[in-house]
Amino acid sequence: MSNVVLSARGMTKNFGGLVAVDNLDFEIIHGAIASIIGPNGAGKTTFFNCVTGFYPIDDGELIFEGHDINGWSSDHIARAGIARTYQNIRLFNHMTVIENIMVGQEAHLRSTWMGAILGTAGTKRENRESEEEARQLLQFVGLQGKGDLIADNLSYGDQRRLEIARALATRPHLLLLDEPTAGMNPRETAETTAFIRRLRDDLDITLMLIEHDMRVVMGISEHITVLDHGRKIAEGPPKEIQNNPDVIEAYLGRGAAGSTSA
Amino acid sequence: MSTLAANWRSVIRSGLIAGGVALYTALIGMLVAFDEREVVRNSFTLGQLLLVAPAVLVGWLSGRQSTQVPAGQRLLRGLVAGLVTSLPLLALMFVSSVVNLRTVLINVDRDLVRLISFDHGVGLSGALMLAGALGVSGILGAFVHLIPARLRHALLTALAWMLGAGILGELVRQLLSQFLDREALSWFLRRDTLKPEPAALLFVVVLLADLFWSWFRETRGRREGPAPRALQFTRVGGLAVLLLLLPLLVGSAISDVLTNIGLYILMGLGLNIAVGLAGLFDLGYVTNFAVGAYTMGVLTSTGVLGIENKMGVTVFNFWLVLPVSLLVAMFTGFILALPVLRMRGDYLAIATLGFGEIIRLLALSDWLKPIIGGAQGVLFIPAPNFFGVELIGPQRLYYIILGACLLAVFVSSRLNNSRTGRQWMAIREDEDVASAMGINTARSKLLAFTISAATGGVAGAIFAAKLGTIFPTSFNLLVSVNVLSLIIIGGLGSLPGIIVGALFLVGLPELLREFDEFRLLLYGTLMVTMMLARPEGLWPSAVYQREVRRGEERAPPQAGEQAA
Repeated sequence: MSNVVLSARGMTKNFGGLVAVDNLDFEIIHGAIASIIGPNGAGKTTFFNCVTGFYPIDDGELIFEGHDINGWSSDHIARAGIARTYQNIRLFNHMTVIENIMVGQEAHLRSTWMGAILGTAGTKRENRESEEEARQLLQFVGLQGKGDLIADNLSYGDQRRLEIARALATRPHLLLLDEPTAGMNPRETAETTAFIRRLRDDLDITLMLIEHDMRVVMGISEHITVLDHGRKIAEGPPKEIQNNPDVIEAYLGRGAAGSTSA
Repeated sequence: MSTLAANWRSVIRSGLIAGGVALYTALIGMLVAFDEREVVRNSFTLGQLLLVAPAVLVGWLSGRQSTQVPAGQRLLRGLVAGLVTSLPLLALMFVSSVVNLRTVLINVDRDLVRLISFDHGVGLSGALMLAGALGVSGILGAFVHLIPARLRHALLTALAWMLGAGILGELVRQLLSQFLDREALSWFLRRDTLKPEPAALLFVVVLLADLFWSWFRETRGRREGPAPRALQFTRVGGLAVLLLLLPLLVGSAISDVLTNIGLYILMGLGLNIAVGLAGLFDLGYVTNFAVGAYTMGVLTSTGVLGIENKMGVTVFNFWLVLPVSLLVAMFTGFILALPVLRMRGDYLAIATLGFGEIIRLLALSDWLKPIIGGAQGVLFIPAPNFFGVELIGPQRLYYIILGACLLAVFVSSRLNNSRTGRQWMAIREDEDVASAMGINTARSKLLAFTISAATGGVAGAIFAAKLGTIFPTSFNLLVSVNVLSLIIIGGLGSLPGIIVGALFLVGLPELLREFDEFRLLLYGTLMVTMMLARPEGLWPSAVYQREVRRGEERAPPQAGEQAA
């Protein structure tokens, strides 16, 4: 299929004796919103870390838009079009909101340090343009007027938005969101869910989520992959997953599958 | 009442700590050494100042802790703290009168006893003098809190000016001798010591000026927002004129100190790019300094690599070799950075520390001796020549260093406010995330190391031309430590901080050369004190201030944050 954005085949990642991701086959097609769920320690974040080049994989292959990206460095992968957010927000805490976003634009900036010292017209223009673009992104994520605040001083919800804005600044084709609604109240969660949908609809970005909040997962995902102990135990549309006995067993334990019908 | 008891306990405890410090300065001979220098002629010496300083400080601390307590009680606490401070010294006085301590503690001699008893000798009167002096000092320290804020500021400023002028008497003489003849000068100073009348005059003048200034500011109201353009222009213009005329104003000897400070500022600016901007802890900065110096030395002198023309004069001059030194230092910096790119924090510091030692051993080695002279160093490095004028002597070299510093300031601030600066900042904050955002961290770090090295190379090249001879001993660990200390004390990442730090760490020791043996002790004390009291540095940059003081200004966490 030509519209597959990312595919993993037989992907395996070990940490010493622990198999964190075990022989995983995975595919996500262009324009999809897909979720990865599973109990704690199932290997979800490890999967993200491998896709973004933070860890090399030990076996199998990882194809992004036709390139085998295994072994690429993180920055190379970011420039190729994969961006991410983190489970525990990792902003550049002491930089301003605008500066955070401008770091996200790194992949597209062309000016050099020599240009900066000499103050060339091109450097100045690029700086102006990138700041303008950053302000537009702020508008898009609803942080307008907060550009000159220090990231650390933003509220929790705003920090989550800023992290997404920073990821968007890399102009990703594929965006990985690691628990985007963690720690949010129901209203914030609903806003974030709507916002995630807008990312796909307005910006044409393919999205992959790790999420624990089942209402969010069932509400926005078109495709769900369930991991347990590094293995894929089920995949398919939300309806099927909800009723899959293996999934219920993995979450609730043996014996629960028979008695529950969600 | 238990809190009251606890308060008194802490007064006594801090008094004992201060007493321990006082005893220590006495035992290592610092008190007596400092006693040689009079601050104000026939009035008091630096040694006496050092003797009472712990008591004043501890009195000040004891007075501060008890804001709700009545004034009398606060003074009483100061007194007790001061008296407790004197206990260890009193014990020393008593023991030394019974046993001869000199066989073990060689500094416990008659001079020390004379000093701590204020010339009254061992005995009841001497003991009373010591206890009384420190007790009064403690009261004075506590009393500082009771003075109205405005007057207190004026008094402390005036005191600082007077003591400063007294301690730096040599500097004062050098400055005044530019304008006054011997006759007039002798009213102010005898040799390098301030006389009582000018000291009192200075105190009164500064006191009144400070009071007037605070009154003036209050009546005019503090201006909000940036200063108007005209005022800014005048300030910059004034500063430029001052910088240009400085060596002529201060004379040759102080210009020499200025050139040393300038070289350290230049190195500070260079190291700041790696440490302050990119967060790369480099403890081997001397490497770049040495490479620059040796490149200049070897190429311009008549050694193996110095090319002579038929008249036996070297072909390469300072100006030709300066860019070469820069490039060689850049290249070395690049090569040395390659293996340490993956290291972070402490590991990086240790690895670079090793490079610093390697370069010193290479300079000393027999292997390179034919080229760079081994322990004999490189001799006969010619002074720079500027359109026929030999730039020899500190008053002329000053301008080369000033130019190099201005260029380094320009380059650092341009880089800091550019994409490159943002990359460095991001790497300093979180290297993994920076990489995930598409920053090639290896390339960014290499750039920081390389530009930092280039600046150090230029400083080294000027250093070689300034001295005319270079020896391997000039390139030791202490250079790296000095440069790192001055940017930490000034404030990491802050350009004005580097200048302040260099004045403190390089300027002051040059002017107080007679106390050189205590230099490292004072360095360490200063470092520890700074880290405890003002970890962001003397003149911090906005970013580092945020990092260091984040906990204090941050709003309490919100509900969502706790849930996370």
